Amino acid sequence: MTISTPFTPGPLHFRDRAWHPSAFTPAYKTSVTRAPFRPLVALGSTLSEESGPAFGHSMIGDLDNNLILNFTGQAAIGERMIMHGRVLDENGRGVPGVLVEIWQANAAGRYRHKRDGYGAPLDPNFAGCGRALTGSDGAYEFLTIRPGAYPWPNDVNSWRPMHIHVSVFGSGFGQRLITQMYFEGDPLIARCPIVNTVNKEEAVRALVAPLDMNRAIPMDCLAWKFDIVLRGRRQSFFENRREGM
Amino acid sequence: MVQLLGYHKETPSQTAGPYIHIGLVPNALGNEGIFPEDLGRSPIRAGAKGQPITITGRVIDGAGMVLRDALFETWQADAQGIYPANDPRGAADPNVTGWARVIADFETGIWRLDTIKPGRVPYPDGRLMAPHISVWLVARGINLGLQTRIYFDDEGEANAECPVLMRIEHRERVATLEARKKDANTYEFDFRLQGVDETVFFDI
Ligand SMILES: [Fe+3]
Repeated sequence: MTISTPFTPGPLHFRDRAWHPSAFTPAYKTSVTRAPFRPLVALGSTLSEESGPAFGHSMIGDLDNNLILNFTGQAAIGERMIMHGRVLDENGRGVPGVLVEIWQANAAGRYRHKRDGYGAPLDPNFAGCGRALTGSDGAYEFLTIRPGAYPWPNDVNSWRPMHIHVSVFGSGFGQRLITQMYFEGDPLIARCPIVNTVNKEEAVRALVAPLDMNRAIPMDCLAWKFDIVLRGRRQSFFENRREGM
Repeated sequence: MVQLLGYHKETPSQTAGPYIHIGLVPNALGNEGIFPEDLGRSPIRAGAKGQPITITGRVIDGAGMVLRDALFETWQADAQGIYPANDPRGAADPNVTGWARVIADFETGIWRLDTIKPGRVPYPDGRLMAPHISVWLVARGINLGLQTRIYFDDEGEANAECPVLMRIEHRERVATLEARKKDANTYEFDFRLQGVDETVFFDI
């Protein structure tokens, strides 16, 4: 690993925990025994969270962000699509050189995972795994297959909307984030107990990618735009805290 | 009326779900051939300075069940207390990368981390924190990654004056953050997500 991210010193913005899902969300049943009950201990960031791992372009292979070809070299089956966007911080600045990793089901809604027992078929040419580093303006791009919706054991008849799982690093370990991207117009979004762990409608909207015809490639694939916002850093002359101040 | 602050909102978190291995550790899952190796297999390389240690443990839910689908990442300083990246104070031991990705075993749920014991890092006011490894833990059923730390129960003096541990009002809970020494270089640490011995999680 080499350092490719210019370090911007400064404590992290405080996290708006009312904007994120609560830990205990009974409609999403698995959360019931996995949610901490005790209050979080308020800490704020220290150097342990303001620093974080850095990744270099040298570790990224040519096909790492091409999920259609990166498993066997033969094309995966399904609706071809581009997923693209920028990684920004809360101050609106693009965050360069950060790692974005994605995983997803195939076009039939089936994961290449030993614990996925759904009867839909595997695609021998699709693993559903990709990664990219953001460019100097924070932009990233993937070429993939639009994932299918799939059933899951929560309620008797629960179905996940089409989604792509997204993992993002910032420059600080305290910015680490995992989320899911949904697709504009999917009627399953409003019915999903996992989507509905997010309390505010405006926050749900931040997870739904619009169709982006400007990035679609005629006679080849559609495009969906998903910007990702990481916690920002505070910057103030008065932030140079010293012992006794 | 007032001006708009104009900040963007952080993207809301969603659970990592049960299939996180596909994206973050495909080789460990058996999906080989995409990436040459999984990222974060070790936070150190041969020649890393400091005391080599092994920590093992489990992630346990509120019903006492061991999670077999948990994944966590660790971030730590080198033996001198310098972070290997994005630390403004200078260069760390080149054989310490500081970051690891750790998964619960698919069958037993037991995880294992081989590393070196980190040095002490200053708190923002200059006081030294006790040696610790920062942890970000995700799994199916966890809606927002949990942030905690692994301290060491053989660092009594440093732990007693650690400004972070001192913030924990219920003193008996400090022990939930201390890895228990088993022998010279081996520790045990369980994450308890819920219940009487619930691990301290931080709002950072
Ligand atoms: Fe999923």
